[in-house]
Parts: sequence; structure tokens; C-alpha cells
Amino acid sequence: MKQSLFQITENVHLTENVMRMRLKGDTNAITASGQFINIKLDGLFLRRPISVCDCEGDTVTIIYKVVGKGTEQMSKMSSGTLDILTGLGNGYDTSLSGEKPLLIGGGVGVPPMYLLAKKLIGEGKDVSVILGFNTKNEVFYEEEFKALGCKVGVTTVDGSHGTKGFVTALMENTDYTYTFCCGPEPMLKAVFNTSKTSGQYSFEERMGCGFGACMGCSCKTVTGYKRICKEGPVLCKEEILW
Amino acid sequence: MVNTKVDLCGITLDNPIIPASGTFGFGYEFAELYDINILGTFSFKGTTKEPRFGNPTPRIAECSSGMINAVGLQNPGVEKVISEELPKLKKCFDKKVMANVSGFSVDEYAYTCEKLDKCEQVGWLEVNISCPNVHGGGMSFGTDPEAAYEVTKAVKSVTKKPVILKLSPNVTDIVAIAKACEKGGADGISLINTMLGMRIDLNRKKPIIANKMGGFSGKAIFPVAVRMVYQVSSAVDVPVIGMGGVSCADDVIEMMLAGATAVEVGAQNLVDPFACKTIIEELPKAMEKYRIENLKDIIGAAHNG
Ligand SMILES: Cc1cc2nc3c(=O)[nH]c(=O)nc-3n(C[C@H](O)[C@H](O)[C@H](O)COP(=O)(O)OP(=O)(O)OC[C@H]3O[C@@H](n4cnc5c(N)ncnc54)[C@H](O)[C@@H]3O)c2cc1C
Ligand SMILES: Cc1cc2nc3c(=O)[nH]c(=O)nc-3n(C[C@H](O)[C@H](O)[C@H](O)COP(=O)(O)O)c2cc1C
Ligand code: FES
Repeated sequence: MKQSLFQITENVHLTENVMRMRLKGDTNAITASGQFINIKLDGLFLRRPISVCDCEGDTVTIIYKVVGKGTEQMSKMSSGTLDILTGLGNGYDTSLSGEKPLLIGGGVGVPPMYLLAKKLIGEGKDVSVILGFNTKNEVFYEEEFKALGCKVGVTTVDGSHGTKGFVTALMENTDYTYTFCCGPEPMLKAVFNTSKTSGQYSFEERMGCGFGACMGCSCKTVTGYKRICKEGPVLCKEEILW
Repeated sequence: MVNTKVDLCGITLDNPIIPASGTFGFGYEFAELYDINILGTFSFKGTTKEPRFGNPTPRIAECSSGMINAVGLQNPGVEKVISEELPKLKKCFDKKVMANVSGFSVDEYAYTCEKLDKCEQVGWLEVNISCPNVHGGGMSFGTDPEAAYEVTKAVKSVTKKPVILKLSPNVTDIVAIAKACEKGGADGISLINTMLGMRIDLNRKKPIIANKMGGFSGKAIFPVAVRMVYQVSSAVDVPVIGMGGVSCADDVIEMMLAGATAVEVGAQNLVDPFACKTIIEELPKAMEKYRIENLKDIIGAAHNG
């Protein structure tokens, strides 16, 4: 973990409520996809945890949905610096993926899949991605995943873009050796039940610190109590207790 | 050169800064960030007789200038704290540590304290009496002078280490509780623990915290803490450790003027992991600014005149 100042170099809308921010600073503590950063914002007591979407050289990319006070404040920043804790959480372990990993992201669970896909492609894997959204206007990053060289399927709940339904609708006809998943809990559970392979699933919890000090984010697993911020947010399929 | 040393129940602290229980784990998350030997000492996570998972999540809610937590004393139990956590701590902390103890009956407090009494690394026992008494209809030990007295006496009888009773602010008369602890033999009093609070999610229209209520702490509670430290330190003869909303060197000085011999820092460690390091570095500058040479000379100075 590292605490340092980052310079905002970009903050743009991807959809009406989802924005992408690029930040320049010391990225050395970021060692894996699926990790997160914890952002201090003026006037707000707790930091805001956001997944690393991409990390290249000294630039971190995050994608966030505007849902409350903190993300609202972030959406209005076009420049300036942010106090950020980086290198938080365990992240995805790509060594378990087999030759044909399947990556599934729902809504703002999509961002961490991007750096993961990039790493897996870099390792020469045959990567399939399923992106799930509610409706056409909420879709983002379909082209970016294609540009990495992934096979990309998109589902929307109302059928306005891609396949109608949930991400699980596309799993049946995909050939895969392993499952990586991030999204709202009902989606994680549906994928968990549908997936025929082992996998890694990323969880969310309200956090006091984000670095293991407060026990605010604990969950029970097959292998004992874990802190989502420290031993998580990524849990292996075999250890998850719903 | 200013002098930041203070004496806490017979042990000299290099400075009065003590990370508060529950916000510093067993030290090593922070030892990765800075040398924690610069601290006066720290109070480790509230330890109970049996291991505890604690409350269901969500356990955390944000507030204006503070937070609510309902962790519910998650800890590995005193056995493992002694066999696993303390040996790990030894590798990164050379000083005496403050052992924070919780319990749900007088016997449990005594049991846990007796075990920790045998540990060389432990300098003080900080007994958190904000927990519900299972034999007392769930009422917290810290809200009943009689129960507070009983716990203090029981703990004192099993240890030679200094015993510091940590008080809950959720009472009408904090002085009565402090005096009961002193009568029971307490070597010190620390306060305040968190204040009972609640936040409600406007979308879900339900409390944010699974446990509904939780403990409110952070900057926002500082004035309440200063007031209680002032009241208690003028009513008891034992040293008082002040805490509640401390976030900078000026707050430390204010707490000491109110009567604190040492000062704990809680929630601020969670949002700024370097909070205690920064405070320790800024303390000498703040002392010069307020023309203080010897920090221990200002303890309770606000009571004079
Ligand atoms: C490990 C992790 C990774 C995340 N990655 C992303 C991401 O890549 N993109 C994205 O859009 N969102 C992500 N989230 C969710 C994001 O943290 C929340 O949407 C954000 O904190 C909301 O802040 P706010 O001030 O706008 O909302 P408010 O509701 O005003 O926040 C109030 C408090 O609740 C907390 N909170 C609210 N919603 C959540 C939530 N879903 N999870 C955890 N805490 C919450 C806030 O952090 C804050 O402490 C992630 C959460 C976690 C735990
Ligand atoms: C997440 C969290 C966990 C805590 N756990 C304990 C505990 O185990 N034992 C204890 O005596 N106090 C515990 N406390 C209370 C603090 O030690 C401190 O008394 C209180 O938070 C007030 O200080 P602050 O405003 O600086 O946080 C906890 C506080 C927080 C925020
Ligand atoms: S958020 Fe504090 S331990 Fe995970």
C-alpha cells in the first residue's frame, strides 16, 4: 500500500452516469488487476474505494458511476490533485485461468475486467468477455475490449443492445476453462451457479479504511474470516459462502 | 528543545500519542508504512476470551466529519492473540503495548486479563466496559457504576500491570462511573469510547448498518470528548487518557489542557494511515507555537484559575 498524490489528467463521460478518470502519479504499489484504490475527497470523512480499470506507466484509469456525494464531487473535477491509497486488495491471480478464460462484468463491475483482460491477452490466452448492462445507453467499453483482442458478448436486460437478458444467457454457448467475475452480488451468485468451472469473484463491502485496520469489511469464507479489503476483494469460487 | 515525554502509570512514553483500539489492528498494517516505534505506544484490537466474528455487514456508515462502526469486537480470541499476534508484533514493535480487553461477564474480563498479565510485551491493560453484560439484562457495564466497580475489582485481583478502565460516553453521569472505577482500584481512566449513533439509507429506507446502531467517532465528537475528559480528570486522582475525534497536534494539546496525561487517536488512522506519524512530527512545532517546553506541565492546565 502507498499513499500519494495523483494529478487528474482526464475526467470524461462514458455514459450519462458513468465517467472515466485518468490519474497520473506513483503507481508502483499497484501489482495486480482486480485491486482497488481509495480516494480522499474534500469534506468527506471516509475515502471512496474504486477498482483499477487500467494501469500503464504512471497513469491509473478508473471508471465510476455517479451514485452519491463522493462520486458526484469526483464528476465535477476536471483538474487538480487527489490524495489516494494505492495497491489495495489481493487482485486476480491469472495463473489459474487455463487457456480460455471467461471474464464477466456487470455494470461498474466491468472496469476491473479491462486490466485483467489485458494481462491475460499479454499471457497469450484466448479471452472471452461478457459485459452485462440494463439498457443500451448504459453500455461502455465494448469496443475497448474488442481492441484488446477479446471475443466480446454484450447483454442488456431490456434487449436494446446485444443479447436480451442477464450475463448468464451467453455463458451456455461459450467455451471456457475458467471464470472471472465482478458485478452486483445477485449477478455474482447467478454466475457462480451457472459456471461449470472454477473461478474468482470480486466482492464489495462498505469500508472504514480499505487497508485491513478496522475489520469493517469482514466476511465468512470456507477458509475462515477474510477482510474484503485485504484478503479480498477477490475470492476463489471454492471458498465463497453465500 | 521541547520535551514530549509523559509518565503513564509508571511507564514513560516518548510522547503521549497512542493509536486507539480497533483502529490500528495489531500494528503490522501500519508497520509496513512507518516505524511504529515512534509511537508512545498503541492499544491493540479489543480482545475477548473466545474468538469472535462480530456483527453482520454493513458495519460502517459515513457521517459528517466522522463515521459509525458496528464491528462487534471481531478478534481471534485471547489464546491466539498471545500465541500468534504478539509474537508477530514483537518483530516490529519494541515498546510495551496496551492490551485492550472486552468481555460479556465479570469472569470473562478476569479470565482474559489474567492471561494477558503473563505477557512481557503488555504494559497496560485497557479494559473496555462499553460491552453489554449478559448477566445484567444486556445493559453495558459502563453505564452502571456498580458493574463498573465489579469489573475493575475483578481485573485488579488477577494482574499486577496497571489497569486502565475505558469508559463509554453513553451515560448521564460520566463522573459517577469514573469514581466507581477508581474506588475499584483503577490505575487510570481512558475515555471516550464511541457514542451510540445511527444513519438511515434514503433509497432503501432502512438503517445503513446491519446492526442498525453503531458507535459514532471521528472529528465530530471531539468537543464532547474534551468536556468529558475535563469533568473526569477533575474528579479522580488517577491519570486520564483522552480520546475522541483527535486528528492533529493542536487537538492533542487541547486534550492535555483538559486533563489528559496521554491521548489516543482512533478513526483518523483509518482515513489517514499516517495520522499518528504526522501528529508526532508536528507536536514539537505546536508546542513551540503555544510556548510549551515540557508537555507534561500542561496536563489539566485548563482547570487552574
Ligand atoms: C473494492 C471496491 C471496488 C469498487 N469499484 C468500483 C468501480 O470500479 N466503479 C464504481 O463505480 N464503483 C465501485 N465501487 C463502489 C464505490 O465504492 C461506491 O459507489 C462509492 O463509494 C459511492 O460513493 P458516494 O459518495 O458517491 O456514495 P454515497 O452513498 O454518498 O456514499 C456514502 C458511503 O457509503 C459508501 N458506499 C456507497 N456505496 C458503496 C458500494 N457500492 N460499495 C462500497 N461502499 C459504498 C461510500 O464509500 C461512503 O463511505 C467499488 C467498491 C468497492 C468496495
Ligand atoms: C472501527 C473501530 C473499531 C473500534 N474497536 C474498538 C475496540 O475493539 N475496543 C475499544 O475499546 N474501542 C474500540 N473503538 C473505539 C476507539 O478506540 C475510540 O475510543 C473511539 O473511536 C473514539 O476515538 P476517535 O474519535 O478518535 O475514533 C473502535 C473504534 C472504531 C472506529
Ligand atoms: S475496510 Fe477496514 S479492514 Fe477492510
